[in-house]
Amino acid sequence: MNRFFAFVKKEFLHIFRDYRTMIILFGMPIAQLLIFGFVISNEIRDAHIAILDHSKDEHTQKITEKLVSSGYFILSDELKNENEIDACFRAGNAKLALVFEPGFGRLLEKTGKANLQIIADASDPNSAEMLSNYTQAIISAYIKDLNMAGYGNKIIRAETRMQFNPGLKGVFMFVPGTMALILMLISAMMTSITIAREKETGTMEVLLISPLRPIQIILGKVAPYLLLSFINAIVILALGFFVFGLPIRGSLILLLAESMLFILMALSLGILISTVAKSQQVAMFISMFALLLPTMLLSGFIFPIENMPVILQYLSAIMPPRWFIVIIKNIMLKGTGFLFVWKETLILTLMAIAFVVVSVKKFKLRLE
Amino acid sequence: MKEQDDKQIIIHVDNLVKKFGDFEANKDLCFDVYKGEIFGFLGANGAGKTTAIKILSGLSSPTSGIVEVAGFDVYKNADDIKRNIGYMSQKFSLYEDLTVKENIRFYGGIYGMRAKLIKERTHELLSRLEMTDYADKLIAEIPLGWKQKLAFSVAVLHRPKIVFLDEPTGGVDPITRRQFWDLIYEAVEDGITVFVTTHYMDEAEYCHRVSIMVDGRIAALDTPDGLKQQYGAGSMNDVFLKLARA
Repeated sequence: MNRFFAFVKKEFLHIFRDYRTMIILFGMPIAQLLIFGFVISNEIRDAHIAILDHSKDEHTQKITEKLVSSGYFILSDELKNENEIDACFRAGNAKLALVFEPGFGRLLEKTGKANLQIIADASDPNSAEMLSNYTQAIISAYIKDLNMAGYGNKIIRAETRMQFNPGLKGVFMFVPGTMALILMLISAMMTSITIAREKETGTMEVLLISPLRPIQIILGKVAPYLLLSFINAIVILALGFFVFGLPIRGSLILLLAESMLFILMALSLGILISTVAKSQQVAMFISMFALLLPTMLLSGFIFPIENMPVILQYLSAIMPPRWFIVIIKNIMLKGTGFLFVWKETLILTLMAIAFVVVSVKKFKLRLE
Repeated sequence: MKEQDDKQIIIHVDNLVKKFGDFEANKDLCFDVYKGEIFGFLGANGAGKTTAIKILSGLSSPTSGIVEVAGFDVYKNADDIKRNIGYMSQKFSLYEDLTVKENIRFYGGIYGMRAKLIKERTHELLSRLEMTDYADKLIAEIPLGWKQKLAFSVAVLHRPKIVFLDEPTGGVDPITRRQFWDLIYEAVEDGITVFVTTHYMDEAEYCHRVSIMVDGRIAALDTPDGLKQQYGAGSMNDVFLKLARA
């Protein structure tokens, strides 16, 4: 046991002495979370819109006010004719234009039907879609108010309700995804690099000749990163909670236990990578390409799995982060208990066991 | 080393064969190493020296044959062997980002030495190498020759019965090499058996007995003087050239 502790101590020395390792371990997660949380958010805030009002009556004024006061939009241009819309889009002054037909207010009050046109700059289809949805929602809210005020039944109401994330806050999606991404990368990449480094410098031979058992070498390599990754997980959750207001509706202990399981799985994947990689560079490349891209693209972090082609859906099933993201979303946002995530937990456990078994076998083979 | 019959056998190798696929890296090696001697393993690159030393030190398993190290069978008691040997390779085996002291403490630790003993030996070792002032320097900051001497001292820190040195003086200047051999002689005085591979022929002269490997076989095995007589050569270099060309 003393042998093992001497080894773990050495690993900590390596980590604390190398500022690059420290930056990757603690700087990267925080930076990434802040970037994803603040910059790459897909919620709408202060989008520029233009208005072409042929009617200029009480109703068009009120609708315009409602849009602007919602916080989603800023009125950048008041246009005079249709031709200006195109110019306005081209100049990038607005992403969306709203056109009220002549006599909008009169028609609305007399016939109960009035037309307005929403024109969005669809060169960026996602945000165009989102902007137009937001606009429609605000307009139908206005119509609803009118109806309540006794103007009689006017235009059909369309109500949408966003379950679990009423504000459609992007950060609710990004925190679980980022957490999976970071834990996966750090745990797997760092362990594979540190083991590959021993091989590269030749110290691995010395370790293998020493009375340390292979399993002790592996555990000794992994133990510091287990601790540090766990601290990372807590930092990420705390950032999500305090900075982004992400709720933790379910059990915190269950959440931490699941995080620990995921870290263990990622660490064993790192060991597996290190049994294949002969140098630090190779280990890094494998970690980056085999882990980073699939985690971003296939885990449901950015693109919904349901929308993927079937073959990619199958592929995403073997991505561990996919299951972890489901677990943390369930626990944090829906407040569900273990009964609702046992299947995903089981999958992660099996993956971890498989990685460990294969890498211990491979590690032994190296000794032959 | 004249009265070899009284000598206690510490490494016993009989018909050792190591194959990598079809390639036979070690062909039918037979030799004994006696307690307290410096046994040299000579040969060109690719002659099978490193393969043999890896088998003896437990890094690799033989394909067939009998191999006993420090009285233990490599097939059955690999763990016992590990506790009784030290190892230093041509690839430098200390951690560059740890200090001299931390490296010593680490190796002592993984060989299960007690903290107090490690402290004592660290002190002793550093004063012997005249490196006491450098105890807290990172390995990366000290010259290669010193690293090499330090690596050797660390490999015998736990007083193993046998120390395996795989081309320990690669890339070191002749003066440092000479100092390095002084350390080896000191270890031998402490009763440690030294098994060393090298391709420097001048180093072969320092060994008590030398075996010369050619193409995975042991082509000759005797004392340096015995070999020179046998092949009518003036130096070990001539002996080696004669064997290699044969």
